[in-house]
Amino acid sequence: MSVAGTYGAQRALELGLTLSEHELIVQLLGREPNEVELAMFSLLWSEHCSYKHSKLLLRTLPSGGPRLVMGPGENAGAVDLGGGWALAFKVESHNHPSAVEPFQGAATGVGGILRDIFAVGARPIAILDSLRFGGPASERTRYLLDRAVSGIGHYGNSIGVATVGGEVYFEEPYEQNCLINAMCLGLVRSDRLIRSAAAGPGNLLVLFGASTGRDGIGGASVLASAVLGEADAAKRPSVQVGDPFAEKKLMECSLELLERHLLVALQDLGAAGLTSAIPEMASKGEVGIDIDVSRVPLREADMEPFEIMVSESQERMLGVVEPSRLDEFLAVCTRWETGAAVVGTVTESGLIRVLDGELVLGELAVGVLVDGCPLYELSPERPATQIYPRPPRSLESEDATEILLALLASANICDRKYLFEQYDCVVQSRTVRRPGQADAAVLELEGDGAIAVSIDCNGRRVAADPYWGTIEAVLECVSNLACVGAEPLGLTNCLNFGNPEKPHIAWQLTESIRALGDACRALQIPVVGGNVSLYNEGPDGPIYPTPVVGIVGGGLAEPALAGRLGFAGAGDAIALVGGFAPELAASELAKLRGEELPTELPAIHIAAVTATQRTIRDAVRAGTLRSAHDIAEGGLATALAECCIAAGLGAAIELEVGSDAALFGETAGCFVVSGDPSALRQLDPRTPHQIIGRVGGASLQIGAGETRIELSLERLREAHGAGAALFD
Amino acid sequence: MKFGVVVFPGSCDDVDAQLACARVADVVPLWHADHDLQGVDAVVIPGGFSYGDYLRAGAIARFAPVMTEVIDFAHAGGYVMGICNGFQVCCEAGLLPGALLTNASLRFVCRQVSLEVVNGDTAFTRALLSGATLSIPVKHTTGRYYAPEQELERLEAAGQVVLRYGPGQNPNGALRDIAGVINEQGNVFGLMPHPEHAVDELTGSTDGLGLFASLRDSVGALVGGGR
Repeated sequence: MSVAGTYGAQRALELGLTLSEHELIVQLLGREPNEVELAMFSLLWSEHCSYKHSKLLLRTLPSGGPRLVMGPGENAGAVDLGGGWALAFKVESHNHPSAVEPFQGAATGVGGILRDIFAVGARPIAILDSLRFGGPASERTRYLLDRAVSGIGHYGNSIGVATVGGEVYFEEPYEQNCLINAMCLGLVRSDRLIRSAAAGPGNLLVLFGASTGRDGIGGASVLASAVLGEADAAKRPSVQVGDPFAEKKLMECSLELLERHLLVALQDLGAAGLTSAIPEMASKGEVGIDIDVSRVPLREADMEPFEIMVSESQERMLGVVEPSRLDEFLAVCTRWETGAAVVGTVTESGLIRVLDGELVLGELAVGVLVDGCPLYELSPERPATQIYPRPPRSLESEDATEILLALLASANICDRKYLFEQYDCVVQSRTVRRPGQADAAVLELEGDGAIAVSIDCNGRRVAADPYWGTIEAVLECVSNLACVGAEPLGLTNCLNFGNPEKPHIAWQLTESIRALGDACRALQIPVVGGNVSLYNEGPDGPIYPTPVVGIVGGGLAEPALAGRLGFAGAGDAIALVGGFAPELAASELAKLRGEELPTELPAIHIAAVTATQRTIRDAVRAGTLRSAHDIAEGGLATALAECCIAAGLGAAIELEVGSDAALFGETAGCFVVSGDPSALRQLDPRTPHQIIGRVGGASLQIGAGETRIELSLERLREAHGAGAALFD
Repeated sequence: MKFGVVVFPGSCDDVDAQLACARVADVVPLWHADHDLQGVDAVVIPGGFSYGDYLRAGAIARFAPVMTEVIDFAHAGGYVMGICNGFQVCCEAGLLPGALLTNASLRFVCRQVSLEVVNGDTAFTRALLSGATLSIPVKHTTGRYYAPEQELERLEAAGQVVLRYGPGQNPNGALRDIAGVINEQGNVFGLMPHPEHAVDELTGSTDGLGLFASLRDSVGALVGGGR
């Protein structure tokens, strides 16, 4: 029995378990766990490792389909690209460490997602990132932004994987809890995908890569699974420190081990280190594992066994190898100057035994450790009123020209060049569309077409309406893909939310996951995996609910035809495509005006949007369009300005309605495209489209009802570039 | 005609350099730990972060086993092209004059820049015209070319400044907008921009091809001349 106040129960509480979880552990084991065992439970049963507050909901997501070659549960999911190739991809958060130490937090976030990709045998080919910070004027925001971007670049650039896209938003609710989500894509021959299931009793467990130190101890359970307040400063453990050079060698080493068929299984060491990796490998393989901590190469001589088991030292992998192949295995590690040591054995016992030489420190049934964790049903409750405060008002003018300039210069819309220039976007020689050239990144495959990728989520709109806001995030991502001519193949997501034990957060999470499922079913794409980051809240309240969506797209047989966002030539006609029904509620303009968030967004006719997206996609692929850009934050006028700025070309536009809603309102599934007038008239007649103007001149002129906007390219550029100040 | 591309631990653009070389000639990788240049006709030291760029960019790579051979090869008149990190390695190895310092911005910068071919009469630029403009990306943190004033004067006078960033294009604060220099003998060339990332219209431009083609032709001329 667990009794509050007894040593065991007290210790369990200190480690982040609840009394009832401790009671369950005692019941399942038939005894009190010892110190090492309790430490392991506290990590594996933490939110970060067990997904105990989200797993029941995540199970409702569609994860099958003909394209799927590896689904949720592995280090990363993968979809079939045809021709024997698969694309592995995943997005993951590193929010809490980044809030403590943004450079290393962001760097190791990139390191972690890269390992997830090469842990399934894929060579990482691209990174994207999705970032959220507080208001742009805040000192803390500028510090976090600067350091996080440097950290991402430091890791990705040094390892030779292109950072090809991403997004960043600045909103007050992220002030204390910034979000650092990183996504990675990797290419692998389908028949070379490797799983993490340990197999073959008698096979050896080799720990290779960096040695093990005290970094990040307790990170997974403590940092990522609870709300930290001022009084909890002591709980903030040392954040992991990344070494991209070590990871580069580890990556090449791992891929060569796979190439030489030397691996039975492969698993990366992430949150909770060996404590998480070993039971996961044993559970998937339905075997037991003996791990001997005395054989783990250490950075510090005097580490306690439990410290070795829970260390989150970076750049480490666990491989399972047949004893007869061990020498070959170690030779590859030597070639890449990667440390390696046999630290354990696969057994038939169904037990995880933690040994220190001859001494048995802990002995736990794999089933209890991995599957024993209770899964919690949430108690969602829709709040009666909007829980987020009004954003501060920053725009007074009612003049359309002034509004457009303010939007272009606003933190969420201004030019991102100052960020993405800090990332290598060309290494590996496959980047067909770089950041700023198109709505999605386009990557050429070895002589066989191209893929596209985008990552999206407007958290403010999800805060307004978790269901329709999430639907919009998915559709926005697909729209971005459509603009380059790609169709969605699969989705990964990172669900960044507040404390799910609170009914209103539970409601956000429930609604958001319901929307993700509905959107993916409508699009007929699988959710191949992802990550959940909960408890993102501080004394001032929760973050905006932020279900970051990353979608990979394919079907680009001719990469040269991949769409661009900027207008292409004077004289081209400009068309507005899609069921255009923009509204100001929860828009960027509403934010600048300091308007309160609504408590719902208009419903979207998903089938109509996907039909529009198909029209755009088909036209881009056919070479009918010379530019394509999706209308998002800041509405139609902003989209037009972006097309002009990207091209260095002006445009003359005539619209019937000149209301703020028409010019700056936001709506899903609408596009600004340009091309030959006769070609535009031949777009699929079932998709609403109208020619609204022509490309040309040195200014953007919009005539809309009584409203007139005329801005030179120079002024547009100047406004759009104003964000540079943010990044200095 | 066979190029060799050095592979250090931490090289990132080695495969890209091999792909670029393969467009104009044969190519083999040269492993850092081997004292063997495999009979190549020209060596390319590629971009990346050799040995993590720890200590100082290029400072450790310069002592890699293969570099003994590369340095001997260069001293014997063999053609060596150092790109980005390779340029840094060449400077550290004393094969090229000057040094590369941290960018004036203190940040990594990845950007397509336009370059002026200052000297179209070198082994590495013979397929190009002096005064021609090339569009090639840069991507580095440590690319600010530096040499003492007197040395710069000497380099300019001797035609050793081969590439310059175009007007307003200098991404790193390099002195006199210098993007690429050649040694006095004319057989070792270093540049910060990445010509291997400018060999295909699909991924940006083909303006880097001329450098690889020049090198191939120079080797051909040597071989043809009964070297």
